[in-house]
Amino acid sequence: MNLKYRNGSFALDATDVRILETLQEDARKTYTDIGRRLGIAHSTVYDRIKRMEQYGVIKKYTTMVDTAKAGARSITALMTVYTDPKESEAVAERLSQAPEVLEVYTSLSEELLIMAKVISQNQEALHAFIANSVAPLSGVLRIRTSIVTKKFKENIFSIVDNSMNEYL
Amino acid sequence: MSGDSASRTFKIVSREKAFYFFTSIGNYTGLSATSLKEFMDRINEVNLKSLDFHFYRRDFEKWVDQVLQDMELAEELRRMQKCSLAGEALRSQLNSAVARRLKRLSGQA
Repeated sequence: MNLKYRNGSFALDATDVRILETLQEDARKTYTDIGRRLGIAHSTVYDRIKRMEQYGVIKKYTTMVDTAKAGARSITALMTVYTDPKESEAVAERLSQAPEVLEVYTSLSEELLIMAKVISQNQEALHAFIANSVAPLSGVLRIRTSIVTKKFKENIFSIVDNSMNEYL
Repeated sequence: MSGDSASRTFKIVSREKAFYFFTSIGNYTGLSATSLKEFMDRINEVNLKSLDFHFYRRDFEKWVDQVLQDMELAEELRRMQKCSLAGEALRSQLNSAVARRLKRLSGQA
């Protein structure tokens, strides 16, 4: 059974989505556990997971580390970089290469801007990174940074698609 | 003017070594300076909050000392720390110190 490719993405059905949600909670669950939970055969779970791996829908299985419990003291900051529109792509690419930067997005509101999630050892290290590695990038006009004080939610995956509700 | 003084007066540093004016941790104003002359111009136009932020952290004297390698001006900025300056008074004192230094170095030319 092949996944259907439609409008630049693969068409998942409700069972695929439920399998992904279950893996998102715990990627170490067995095919049998998932099948039991969803009321389907473990062979079906196996087939669908293999197919989603094959098509790149499932990119990888990873580990979420609680850095505080691992003894690594760090701070997270959300950085907005206002750029010259001609240089924003290059700035976003340079930011993406920095190990301190976890996520990079571009957005067009009133001005073209780049949003990035940055992790650093402490405030001083964060400032040094931004002052020495971000501000000097050609095309950077201004930077606004907010340090995260409390995290309420962090989900890696969520399919928000009303068209799927009919299946769920 | 000795070659050393001249190089300090007219020294233009690379973009990587420029002074970038921030108002707080990670908040860059968009203003930067690549020379002592440009540094003085920026002192006169930047938000006062930025001057307070960098002065308190001793960023000005570190940049003047380590990047421009002007020990005399760095020492003068270091002495200003004792005066607990802030706001417009700080802007005025910084401007005077840098202007005096530029004039002295130019006069030696």
